Amino acid sequence: MRGTSFLDQFREAVPGAVVGENLTAVDPWVEVVPAKIAEACRWLAKASPVRFDSLQCITAVDWFEPDAKKAAKNTWQPHTELVYHLWSTPAKVSLVLKCELPRWQGDVPGELPELPSVTGVWRGADWHEREVYDLSGVRFTGHPDLRRILCPEDWEGHPLRKDYEQPLDYHGIRGK
Amino acid sequence: MTQLMGDDPRIVEFDVRTDEMLVNMGPQHPSTHGVLRLVLRTDGEIVSEVEPHIGYLHRCAEKIGENLTHRQWIPYTDRMDYLAAMNMNLGWALAVEKLMKYEVSQKARHLRVLITELGRIASHLVGMGAYGLDLGTFSPFLYAFRERERILDLFEEACGARLTYSYITIGGLTADLPPGWLQRCEAFLDQFEPIIAEYHALLTTNAIFVKRTAGIGVLSRDMAIEYGCSGPVLRGSGVDQDLRRDGEAIYTAMYDGYAFEVAVQKNGHYPRDHQYPAVPADAVLGDCWHRFFVRMLEVVQSMDLARQAIDRYASCKGTIGEPLKLTEKMPAGDAYLETECPKGQMGFYVVSDGSAIPWRVRARSSSFSNLAVAPELCRGCLIADVPAIVGSLDIVMGEIDR
Amino acid sequence: MVEFLTSTVGLSGWLAWTIAAVVSAVLVLNVIAGGALAFIWAERKVSARIQDRLGPTRTGGRFGWLQSVADGIKLLAKEDLMPQGADGLLFRLAPYVSFCASFCAFIALPFAFDVVGQRLNVAVFFVVAVLGLEVFGVILAGYASASKWSLFGAMREAAQVVSYEVPLGMCVVVPVMIAGTMDMVTIAEKQAGWFWNWYIFHDPFTFVIFWVYVTCAVASVNRAPFDLAEAESELVAGFHTEYSGLRWSYFFMAEYGSMFLVSAMAAVLFLGGWNGPVPLASLAGLSAGTGDTAPYVVRLLGLANLVAKASLGVIVMMWIRWTLPRLRIDQVMATCLKYCTPIAAVMFAGAMLWKIALPGGLVPGLSRPGGEIREGWLPGPGGAAIPGESTRDGSLARVTP
Repeated sequence: MRGTSFLDQFREAVPGAVVGENLTAVDPWVEVVPAKIAEACRWLAKASPVRFDSLQCITAVDWFEPDAKKAAKNTWQPHTELVYHLWSTPAKVSLVLKCELPRWQGDVPGELPELPSVTGVWRGADWHEREVYDLSGVRFTGHPDLRRILCPEDWEGHPLRKDYEQPLDYHGIRGK
Repeated sequence: MTQLMGDDPRIVEFDVRTDEMLVNMGPQHPSTHGVLRLVLRTDGEIVSEVEPHIGYLHRCAEKIGENLTHRQWIPYTDRMDYLAAMNMNLGWALAVEKLMKYEVSQKARHLRVLITELGRIASHLVGMGAYGLDLGTFSPFLYAFRERERILDLFEEACGARLTYSYITIGGLTADLPPGWLQRCEAFLDQFEPIIAEYHALLTTNAIFVKRTAGIGVLSRDMAIEYGCSGPVLRGSGVDQDLRRDGEAIYTAMYDGYAFEVAVQKNGHYPRDHQYPAVPADAVLGDCWHRFFVRMLEVVQSMDLARQAIDRYASCKGTIGEPLKLTEKMPAGDAYLETECPKGQMGFYVVSDGSAIPWRVRARSSSFSNLAVAPELCRGCLIADVPAIVGSLDIVMGEIDR
Repeated sequence: MVEFLTSTVGLSGWLAWTIAAVVSAVLVLNVIAGGALAFIWAERKVSARIQDRLGPTRTGGRFGWLQSVADGIKLLAKEDLMPQGADGLLFRLAPYVSFCASFCAFIALPFAFDVVGQRLNVAVFFVVAVLGLEVFGVILAGYASASKWSLFGAMREAAQVVSYEVPLGMCVVVPVMIAGTMDMVTIAEKQAGWFWNWYIFHDPFTFVIFWVYVTCAVASVNRAPFDLAEAESELVAGFHTEYSGLRWSYFFMAEYGSMFLVSAMAAVLFLGGWNGPVPLASLAGLSAGTGDTAPYVVRLLGLANLVAKASLGVIVMMWIRWTLPRLRIDQVMATCLKYCTPIAAVMFAGAMLWKIALPGGLVPGLSRPGGEIREGWLPGPGGAAIPGESTRDGSLARVTP
């Protein structure tokens, strides 16, 4: 969705949700505070002038460089970025929302970062959030059934994290 | 369980209630289209709850993509929807091209249209045949494969592979068509066109087929949208959306100037529906029959598009151009693009840090979202309806599990 | 045969009876086994032609005619598996129960004039009743397999077969009523002559009820579109999910045996039995009852006729199977209870009234068998039995003087 007027309405409707935007990127995006994501999505889906009635995709991007030498050159701080791709069926326009989360909740390794689930807005978000939880290790609070979806239930670690190490052994099956 | 059933009119109430039984349908079951596992909670023949378990084919293709350059990941897209690998290739190629702001030559553009539309026909043929199989009739499956085989022959001539093509690549296509290919393709289309009436006779209008599909697994318009369903599943519910017309500029530009009508029921009519069998009286918009019928219409639509593409490609001068180098650097940033694949809207998301190797790749699978709606559709149906409903969603596990 | 053994060879009575029974049983068993092999091959070829393929082409030189034998050898060599939780005895017993039911019913089936394992005066009743027992094998298999899919298949089969027995019985009763006997030999005899003497053309009601019979017969032998018990797209393989090797092939043989049996029943009850559409034998002046070679020629012709009709029935079943999708269980039951049973009942009543009003059939005078064959001319259970004549000696290929 291009244009600032819509963004202004968004800011007005969900105060404090929007913390940044980039309208010149290939896919213009709006950054939303993680805690307000569900509220923002509810407004976008149900009340906004452009009804974003469909959630196409949730992606977690792990911004982390395991190699310390390379990490030193990076301009960004390690974080997990959640990207929501929204689509409006009546208007045929898309919207990209981004959320910046810490890699670990409270910077305690092993504690998964949390943000509110949007399953209450789109029921289709259920499986997408489960997938993000499974592969990237983000906990969605308020999700009705947050389990692993692609990996086995007893799998350890979250494979799409950059510091993930493949287990050497899984139930007697040799890894690596 | 009574609570679950509620006032749903689809649910037949019986005085006799037996013990609940948990049944595993799959992962080794003939009609789960691969390695899908459905846990059914049944009361006799009635299914009160269906829970899909996926991931048996999980390869973490997205992680693999973080370790390869953009072009090297093309073969992995083949293996997602392996029944429409050409369309998968195109989705990823266009997503990367969108990020790089690259535009392919006109000849390559028309060739891409031609190839992907043929891929769509091939995929829908499998979808149609396998659906017949789900309903217990074997012959349409082989009829479908007979024609698909000829498409695969054409693909083999063009790129050397019959299933995982890696033909469409970033910056164009790996090779131009061999001489005489267009004539053979036209010959195939001419021969294929009258055969579609056979499929309609065997399935679409068959009384038993109609009895098994009409009014079964009704997916309402709102539910389809809320679950992010796409493709024929969405259009079968009456939502007028086809990314070839409604998608992003880089994708719709490909189809610029092509004449086609989106296969969706509007005001009770499908486009050009006088040519096709009438919608049966029992069919409800959004049921299995409509999903199937949309696919059948899209086969004809794709043939039409392929014919247009043949003319346009033939009239283009010059070459299809060279694909980009394997190590061509991408600009930093991210791009998400959905394309209209046979199974639905397949999205690819690429995040780049400025090198040739993407920082993150993401495949948004259409079948994944389409399958997510299955528990809703199967609630309260009979066991025999479960394959009918899951089959009508036309899923491919390679794409769901990635 | 018993006569021949006792009077010519000079064996004692009980030995002669045993030998006669064994010979008959072996012949019938071979008919089923050989027939099943032939029909499995035919099914491969027919389905291949329907599906634009070739089917087996190499085994045995040409046309893959040895394919069924090769399959049989493969099945013999296969590991015999039994699930851990299965009820061993019942699991092993089930295929034989199924097969025996199918096999026993053949005893009363006449293949040609007087070519019958055991001529019974209640042959129709016997065949329908014994064929109905096949379901026990299926239920046992489903129950004993310790598999939920098998159980589903068995329960479906039980519901389906038991329901379809009702309209099937009603359909079968109509020719019995017209003929006035349950003896299949007599029923077929009464349809001798030109094809308009066949009971399917007896009156409009029999014509309709023939198609009801076809539907019910296909359903009662579990062929598509009624093959709910082994619906592979829903129940994996239904009741025989857990079976392998020879045991599985017994189910298969029973299925093909039953298919042939219901087709032969249709031929005998509605399509003139071993009487061809044109009474070639009587036109040529041959009679089953007189002369030296004539009885054999007539019987061979009759045998060929019946086998051709029954095979045609089986091929039609194959054709249906490879063309139509499968019905759902509730639709199968609705077909039976809402359509087949009422139609059969009405047709039964209609045929009965017709019989009273127009005893001669559709065109009075035409439908009476002309010539020498008349009701009751033949001594035996179906006809007016000659006093003192044993009712048990209608053995295989007995030549009536």
